[in-house]
Amino acid sequence: MRAIGLVLASVGLAVLAAAWTGAPARGGASTRAEIGIHFSHYTPSEIVATAGVPITVTLVNTDPIEHEWLVGDAAFHQRHRTGTEQHHGARPNEVSLAPGESKTTTVVFDAPGEYLYICHLPGHEAYGMVGVLKVLPAS
Amino acid sequence: MRSITRAGRRPIALAAGLLLVAISAAPALACGGLIGPNGAVNLLRTTTLAGYHDGVEHYVTAFQFAGGGGAFGSLTPLPGVPTSVEKGGDWTLQRLIRETDPPVPEAALFAAASASDRAEVLMQVKIDALDLTVLKGGAEEVGTWATDHGFRLPPDAPEVLDFYAQRSPIFLAAAFDADAAAARGQNIGDGTPVHISIPTDNPWVPLRILSLGKTQNEVVQADVYMLTDQSPAMLPYPDGSNGMTLQHSAPATDQLLSDLHSDRGMDWVPDKGWLTKIRIDAQAPQLSYDLAVDVTGANAPSRVAAGLEMPGASDPAVMAAIRWFAGMSFVGLGIGAVIWLIAKHQIESGLRPA
Repeated sequence: MRAIGLVLASVGLAVLAAAWTGAPARGGASTRAEIGIHFSHYTPSEIVATAGVPITVTLVNTDPIEHEWLVGDAAFHQRHRTGTEQHHGARPNEVSLAPGESKTTTVVFDAPGEYLYICHLPGHEAYGMVGVLKVLPAS
Repeated sequence: MRSITRAGRRPIALAAGLLLVAISAAPALACGGLIGPNGAVNLLRTTTLAGYHDGVEHYVTAFQFAGGGGAFGSLTPLPGVPTSVEKGGDWTLQRLIRETDPPVPEAALFAAASASDRAEVLMQVKIDALDLTVLKGGAEEVGTWATDHGFRLPPDAPEVLDFYAQRSPIFLAAAFDADAAAARGQNIGDGTPVHISIPTDNPWVPLRILSLGKTQNEVVQADVYMLTDQSPAMLPYPDGSNGMTLQHSAPATDQLLSDLHSDRGMDWVPDKGWLTKIRIDAQAPQLSYDLAVDVTGANAPSRVAAGLEMPGASDPAVMAAIRWFAGMSFVGLGIGAVIWLIAKHQIESGLRPA
């Protein structure tokens, strides 16, 4: 029994070490995600959800400037690139964040595909504030 | 500003050296970090003149009125806390530029913001239509201060402010009120010179700030003038490969020094000096450094002052390697323990009587 315990402990230690060294976890759909915003970049820049299943996203802006998290298809982003809306918040897939602010929103996409999330404040998309929400088929 | 008599200055100058720097950048807001709420970018061109002598770095800057209305400006990182911010000489910048470039460009410089909050406000000065504020704080505090005062920072501002705040958490915010300038009767092209005196043992010239708000494909163009007692040691060296080119390096003429010395607030300029001109013509992403200058004669400009190395920072690649090695050691220990236990079990089984 003692040997088995030691073996399990060793394997656990190895797993912990592997995680500590940054080995990526297996990707999969989630119902919750946290996206940090630092130096005008999203981390992570990719999250995964399931079609028809809501995903609750917590956005944490640690920058001293305003940012946005707008997620949608290509037509949606094209509208926002030329839009004049100063502040977002009425729709769950359009979030404005004040400096240092955190917000939580829940979105759901029925169709599988890749939906970009972008900050459309001037210059932010070009600077790299782009990520992707991958929506996997439900089955 | 520290007052130094002409007679007493010379021996100090021989030992300590003097640095005089001028930056004239053609693009609007080249030194700017802040864009006004209305998005207007009204600065025609920015020019900075900074000097180092007897442990005091001097910046002479000018904010040029380019018409329009509203408020706009920028942030300038400083190597230390200023002892004074006052109106500068009227023609120092132009005279220095004319020394190496006969056609005199219009002058103007380091522009910026207004009031305060979480950042500590060390000094507030109003010069003509300019509201100048010296701030102390980290990137977040200074950025928040600027945002709270109505200016929209570009997306690279958090990282660039952090780049500077790690080395010196002192910034000069200057808000230019175009409406006030117009009310004062200032014409387009009129500049407001400002002279900032900063005691410091480690002078450097902020260059990365020139790329603030610029996209990957934009170019930063500026001229940097330095006047030292002897040929200065610089880091990075302007060899042309890093976006900087050495264009002039020679003893300063007596006439130049005399002219500079006679302008308002410029009595700190010594009798002898070495004039250097560096042309900056870099892609914005290329300008990831500042200009460190060694005026002690030790020929050892600071990598930290140049922004090539953060104070006390460890190399991320080294840290990653250490983490990987430590992690793999744990894995190895775990595997070794398993092998040892299996071997021990087999030995004990083999020795056990049937």
